[in-house]
Amino acid sequence: MNRKSEKVAKWIFCLAACTSVLAVAVICIFLFAGGLPAIKEIGVTNFLFGTTWKPKNSTYGILPMIVGSIYVTLGAIMVGVPVGILTAVFLSNFCPKGLYKIIKPLTELMAGIPSVVYGFFGLVVMVPFVRDVFGGHGSSMLTASLLLGIMILPTIIGVSEAAIKAVPDKYYQGALALGATHERSVFFAALPAAKSGIMAGIVLGIGRAIGETMAVIMVAGNQARMPNGILKGVRTMTSNIVLEMGYAADLHREALIATGVVLFVFILIINLVFTILKEAENK
Amino acid sequence: MKTKKDSLSVVLKFLVLLSAVLTVGVIVLIVGYIFVKGVPNLSADLFAWEYNTENVSLLPALLNTLLMTVLSLFIASPIGIFAAVFLVEYSSQGSRLVKIIRITAETLSGIPSIVYGLFGLLFFVTALKWGMSLIAGACTIALMILPLIMRTTEEALLAVPKTFREGSFGLGAGRLRTVFLIVLPSALPGIMAGIILATGRIAGETAALMYTAGTVAQIPMGKDFLLDSTRTLAVHMYNLSCEGLYVDKAYATAFVLLVMIMSINVLSGFMAKKFGGNKTNG
Repeated sequence: MNRKSEKVAKWIFCLAACTSVLAVAVICIFLFAGGLPAIKEIGVTNFLFGTTWKPKNSTYGILPMIVGSIYVTLGAIMVGVPVGILTAVFLSNFCPKGLYKIIKPLTELMAGIPSVVYGFFGLVVMVPFVRDVFGGHGSSMLTASLLLGIMILPTIIGVSEAAIKAVPDKYYQGALALGATHERSVFFAALPAAKSGIMAGIVLGIGRAIGETMAVIMVAGNQARMPNGILKGVRTMTSNIVLEMGYAADLHREALIATGVVLFVFILIINLVFTILKEAENK
Repeated sequence: MKTKKDSLSVVLKFLVLLSAVLTVGVIVLIVGYIFVKGVPNLSADLFAWEYNTENVSLLPALLNTLLMTVLSLFIASPIGIFAAVFLVEYSSQGSRLVKIIRITAETLSGIPSIVYGLFGLLFFVTALKWGMSLIAGACTIALMILPLIMRTTEEALLAVPKTFREGSFGLGAGRLRTVFLIVLPSALPGIMAGIILATGRIAGETAALMYTAGTVAQIPMGKDFLLDSTRTLAVHMYNLSCEGLYVDKAYATAFVLLVMIMSINVLSGFMAKKFGGNKTNG
């Protein structure tokens, strides 16, 4: 093969690889260009810390949505993290081989279920359940947290299991040899060694939860006011965008894009933390 | 040599088992519920050619999903595969360019779909004046699955033994020929597994498509079909369950969507397993 075609091919491959760089740049430029003017017009403090969102009165404060996103995500973490990590421990240290072949694919299937299907399940099963058991309307912060907790399970299980399996077996063996029980060896020798990997899994789960849209819209109630109780409705940043983008115009539309910008900044920070934790794991 | 366990160990074991039961229980409950409620509501009407308010047929949405998938894979696969070839075969690891590419790819995979949707609305729909259309949706989704295809292809390429390449070079083949005739064919099952996984993501996507591809429940036809608005099955599912008028049909639609996604995942797992076999042989 002649030199020229080799060179051309290399350039084509390089160009393809640079698509991701270009994509991130263009996404940043368009989002910020679309959202920042609105933030400027509304005023940074009014926009970020305003507690009222009333597009009809041209009042655009997204604090209720920011707080809503954070609350719902925290709830999801409280539900999903303990169950996820313990299930990962089960899969890596307690599960018989035959059972593993069934449970592992099930958790992978769980990761593949689309968020609308989760949302639909939440709407027809969990909302009535919460209404009957805890009272209130059913569409609430609690329901959204439970559903998101379920949805981040596969992420946390997958990453934590890989982290636990990467711990050298001698940690466990050593603890066992010193007379610790199987459970104690796993929890106090192997698990702490997998700490940064598990943390990375949790951070990834936080990213998923805060960015989740469709499932949350269907179960959270979506009232645009400051969250006041776990049985009351709540609106997240993601749902704010989807709910109103359909009919918004002018400053209202720009304020929604600006909501996306704030969400994007949250995600970038979470990604950064994830990368740092992963580097720590590899060291 | 059974020793009596202390209470902490017993509690820990109990918690581990409880969590595993919870996890499995939740999956079985969700899938089981959709199956039990969905199957009895399946009917021939659901697969009628025409969508109208009396009969919310899912067939147009199903075909649109197919169209959307093919189109976005058509855009994303070559770029993703070539990018992975560059990363594995052409670049020195640790160079600054490679680092930047990896960081941006990871950033892309962390961006939530609603942000992609917003970007698609701003860029493809508004700036490029494509309107809410099949092509705007497909381009948005293509960006979204690009990092997935890049990563899976990279893993597949890395799993091809070095000896294959050395053998090819030794026989006088150039780098380009080696890549296309030796490396890519050996990595094909792994690459396919990644593409099928991406298919599952596309089929289940809603937030990124609502404001880029729109919600018109018709199959795009005619000369300008790329610029027609389309509604995929997942978006259709969302609209049905929000309107609250067609709950029976929503159950059936959820069932169809779930079965579709599950079969895609099983297929991907099968391909990956086949690929895993290759690896041990090599």
